[in-house]
Amino acid sequence: MKDQEQTIEAKQVAFQYESEDGSSTPVLQNVSFSIKKGSFVSIIGHNGSGKSTIAKLINALLVPSEGAIIVSGFSTSEQEYLWEIRQQVGMVFQNPDNQIVGTIVEDDVAFGLENLGIEREEMRKRIDESLAAVKMSAYLKSQPQRLSGGQKQRVAIAGILAMRPSIIILDEATAMLDPQGRKEVMQLVHQLHLEEGFTIVNITHFPEETLGSDRIIVMEQGKIYADGTPSEVYADVEGLLAIGLDVPFAVRLHHFLQQHGFSLSTVLDQEELVDELCKSLLKT
Amino acid sequence: MSILQNFTLGQFVPSDSFVHRLDPRSKFLFLLVYAVVVFLSNQIWLYAVFTAILIFSLRLSKLSLAYIFRGLKPVWFLLVFTIILQLFLTKGGEVYVQWGWFSIEEDGVRQAFFIAMRLGLIVVMSSLLTLTTSPMDLTDGIEKMLGPFKKIGLPVHELALMLSIAIRFIPTLLEETDKIMKAQMSRGANFESGGMISRAKAMIAIVIPLFVSAFRRAEDLALAMEARGYRGDVGRTKLRQLAFSYRDGLVIVFMILMVVAVGVWRV
Ligand SMILES: Nc1ncnc2c1ncn2[C@@H]1O[C@H](COP(=O)(O)OP(=O)(O)OP(=O)(O)O)[C@@H](O)[C@H]1O
Ligand SMILES: [Mg+2]
Repeated sequence: MKDQEQTIEAKQVAFQYESEDGSSTPVLQNVSFSIKKGSFVSIIGHNGSGKSTIAKLINALLVPSEGAIIVSGFSTSEQEYLWEIRQQVGMVFQNPDNQIVGTIVEDDVAFGLENLGIEREEMRKRIDESLAAVKMSAYLKSQPQRLSGGQKQRVAIAGILAMRPSIIILDEATAMLDPQGRKEVMQLVHQLHLEEGFTIVNITHFPEETLGSDRIIVMEQGKIYADGTPSEVYADVEGLLAIGLDVPFAVRLHHFLQQHGFSLSTVLDQEELVDELCKSLLKT
Repeated sequence: MSILQNFTLGQFVPSDSFVHRLDPRSKFLFLLVYAVVVFLSNQIWLYAVFTAILIFSLRLSKLSLAYIFRGLKPVWFLLVFTIILQLFLTKGGEVYVQWGWFSIEEDGVRQAFFIAMRLGLIVVMSSLLTLTTSPMDLTDGIEKMLGPFKKIGLPVHELALMLSIAIRFIPTLLEETDKIMKAQMSRGANFESGGMISRAKAMIAIVIPLFVSAFRRAEDLALAMEARGYRGDVGRTKLRQLAFSYRDGLVIVFMILMVVAVGVWRV
């Protein structure tokens, strides 16, 4: 079945950065996972746990020291597939300012297309389409410094959409945004996932952002600590808190209530929690 | 307000005037030729002609004179300094003023006039280029014009990209400088008074954090560019294309006439 296809596969991946004095500390060890086409996966983990490294490995910006990463059937370790992989996998980075290359919006969206060697007519068409998709058409000729953080991130996403990828990786893309900008970007990402079928990998520090995902991978010191649906992962509240991770507010409150003798069925977000509480109140 | 607010030198003003719609390459070429003939001329009346050409170009650009001259503030000092230097240090011809060893003589006045005219005309004409040409057109023009030098190994594409990235990041870095300055001032740093040494020290407190952040940005940007499939000039297309129009033809014809006229009358 087509929609069961694995689009990203990491097979026993290990990675270390080589430092100048020849020594190296392992950053990833024995990391294996596979991501289904069209799924929405969140990656959470402590600072330095290797999340960004995973993102860079998927986009072939880094190559595994051991093991292999297969993206849409291409191994990232093989140089000849590099450009296919980079076209397939779009990346949005944390700092909105540091990923915009063009002096105006239209130039920036064109950058990836120019790299791919797309014809001009086609470029024009794709620029218009992808800016419309992120609702930034009105800003075609704007200079990046005139845009808000959320708008800059949307332009960055447009630049990626124009390249027609199948996977979008967001590496803490909302970390530097205000709540409004964060909402804009996450809404857009969910819409792209639901309506256009993009595979999304969202690396984040905000536990609330992970609730809408199909799956959460928890990283801890270069290893996968947990991997499952949000309800599976957040069932282990104590474990997550013990490795210093935050959990969504509703999950924490639910956990607290249970510890104090309330029996409630598992919930993830605040609405579910409110429903659950009302139900249990009615029962008593 | 911000100390860096009145930074207008070389800031593009969008419009649809005749000058704005010229191809950047013809503007560059015209500026170059204009600069050369202005420098080579030694007749006072020729400078009247060059001034007329400049005023005509300014009219064609529809820019406000006030805006242009505001952008030239940093240059005034240089201009006045050079004039004074020429005025007092060049000797020869009739002596106009004499106070002890200190004198203003005919050749000095003459030289000061020429230098002032040359610098003034060329500076205003160049700022006309940057005020009427968008940064993208500017870099595209440079890239195209230097194109032939690729053959001898000049990294033309890289130079043009560097230039456009620099232009892209100037406002970002200015904003950041402003932020750092305010942060340092709130810690008691003083940039406006004090001796040379204490001011230089205060500047270091700006420059170092600015450098650190610029390097960080450069690293991020390089990564983002690579992630978007950048691999140098190989198999690359361009969104922007330059095209000559009848306007450029007019400018080129005018330029040739100017060169011929100066060539004939100079001797
Ligand atoms: N270029 C590099 N050279 C050497 N070590 C690096 C480099 N980049 C990252 N590291 C190290 O690799 C480890 C994992 O880094 P990574 O950036 O993947 O973490 P992360 O989970 O993304 O953290 P954060 O939440 O802070 O973004 C860290 O210990 C970091 O110090
Ligand atoms: Mg990271």
